[in-house]
Amino acid sequence: MSTQTRTGSRPATGPLLLRQVRHQNKLFLRNPFSAFFSLAFPLMFLLLLGSLNAGQTLEARGGIPYIQFLTPGLLAFAVVSTCYTGLVTGVAMNRDMGILKRVRGTPLPASVYVAARILSSVWFSVVSAVLMVGVGVALFDVEVVWRMLPAAVGTLLLGAACFCALGMAVAALVPNGEAAPAVANFTVLPVVFISDLFFPMDAAPAWLRALGSVFPVKHFALALEATFNPLVTGSGWSWGHLAVVALWGLAGVLVAVRKFQWEPRSPGGSRRRRRR
Amino acid sequence: MAAAIQVHGLRKAYGATEAVAGISFEVVEGECFALLGPNGAGKTTTLEILEGYRDRSGGSVEVLGVDPAQGGRDLRERIGIVLQSAGIDRELTVGEVVALFGGYYPHPRDPGEVIELVGLGEKRQARCRTLSGGQQRRLDLALGIVGDPDLIFLDEPTTGFDPSARRRSWELIDSLRALGKTILLTTHYMDEAQNLADRVAILAAGRIVAEGSPASLGGRDVAEAEISFRLPAGAGLADLPPLGPARPRLDDGRVMLRTEAPTGALHALTGWALARGDELEGLAVTRPSLEDVYLRLTGGDR
Repeated sequence: MSTQTRTGSRPATGPLLLRQVRHQNKLFLRNPFSAFFSLAFPLMFLLLLGSLNAGQTLEARGGIPYIQFLTPGLLAFAVVSTCYTGLVTGVAMNRDMGILKRVRGTPLPASVYVAARILSSVWFSVVSAVLMVGVGVALFDVEVVWRMLPAAVGTLLLGAACFCALGMAVAALVPNGEAAPAVANFTVLPVVFISDLFFPMDAAPAWLRALGSVFPVKHFALALEATFNPLVTGSGWSWGHLAVVALWGLAGVLVAVRKFQWEPRSPGGSRRRRRR
Repeated sequence: MAAAIQVHGLRKAYGATEAVAGISFEVVEGECFALLGPNGAGKTTTLEILEGYRDRSGGSVEVLGVDPAQGGRDLRERIGIVLQSAGIDRELTVGEVVALFGGYYPHPRDPGEVIELVGLGEKRQARCRTLSGGQQRRLDLALGIVGDPDLIFLDEPTTGFDPSARRRSWELIDSLRALGKTILLTTHYMDEAQNLADRVAILAAGRIVAEGSPASLGGRDVAEAEISFRLPAGAGLADLPPLGPARPRLDDGRVMLRTEAPTGALHALTGWALARGDELEGLAVTRPSLEDVYLRLTGGDR
């Protein structure tokens, strides 16, 4: 090949990943929709429901202030929006646009690309959580139960990882980018309302509670809510709930690894043009 | 010269249809090779197999010494790909995206220099969504070369360009060749193949129907020349001097004459006209254009 001498060596994985995460973060912040649904939307719920129910207590949770239940519930909602909804729509749309295909043709390892998208989603889940707890403490006297903080952080991270995996799995399954938001919302919204997230489901019919228990959102929410409940004793880890969350995450990983597509597959998309 | 690309008996079937029906060609290092053909001829399928995007149904393929189906990061560090249609993050600036992609390679070119090369210097700070179609295509080109690859794949690199942007891209592609890069491009523009390629293969319905230098393709260099001119006033076909075995015919007042020996025929004709004091208006000697050859070989003239 060309006789010129080449300087420089293959970029190391660590810096490459860090740069790619920063790139995804930049895109996230420049996209008004992702920023709104991950950061502003859950915060809006907190302000609205927090104000409407100021001073209320929850008999179903031993008489703790409603805000101690609502705040972690909305944290769970923010994680699901950022990781699951964000990845399903973002990845499917980028695939349709041919962005994934272009990346596939470069030396950037697929694992680094996927890891960067996931880490970026986890990062904004954490940002959203800090923001909401901060607002909750400042406006609604939310009490951070410090002895359970490690459990709260650990639960949040495990949940974020699980919903990222499920997001990648569903992104792999949706036929195209146009269908992605519909699929994401259709799978999230009904589940969210039966998952002890905005209000406790203790008074709900048994079948509805049983249905909610099938999905990971409820287990994630209950595990997070425990870490903000001052009546809970001990360090606040809900191992049973976390096991269900982890199982769903594992299933997500399996589907994503087997089914992930780098190229558009909608018949009206670039498939037709590709055969030239 | 070593071969940068070797293709032997390559086949690709989609169900019952064979998009590529057994083609073979070689591209040597430093060469610019063009796959020319109409839509659906199998150009992009062939290219995407070589790029490692698509598996093949049969035949053997080597790109820079490795099978692209197994070629991993090592191979992708040495090739640059300009796809026919590939998206870009719309909210990034031109400068950001070129720098980002450059960072994927071991020895990238300077992003600013690459942006200048493709003529997007003034758009460096612009978000990608604000670029016109032609500007986006030039950005595609920038991303294809920012890694300083040895081998560059260009899938219809100038489709949709205005004439001056095309001319610029041709100059850029020529400058890549001057650096010793190997280039494989697809195009359905005859003039593009003629201007850029050392060798051209014409693809039709998944098969190579002709291969050679643009000048010799389809026997252009040895084909009969055609002499044509307007018949002088008052003269008839019968008045023409003897022109060897060639038989002139009249078409709407123009005399057309196919001959393998245009020199003698011209000599006789011009002498005849001078002796009569006539001017041979519209006198022209032509050979079949690449387009004529292309249309004949791809069946587009039927």
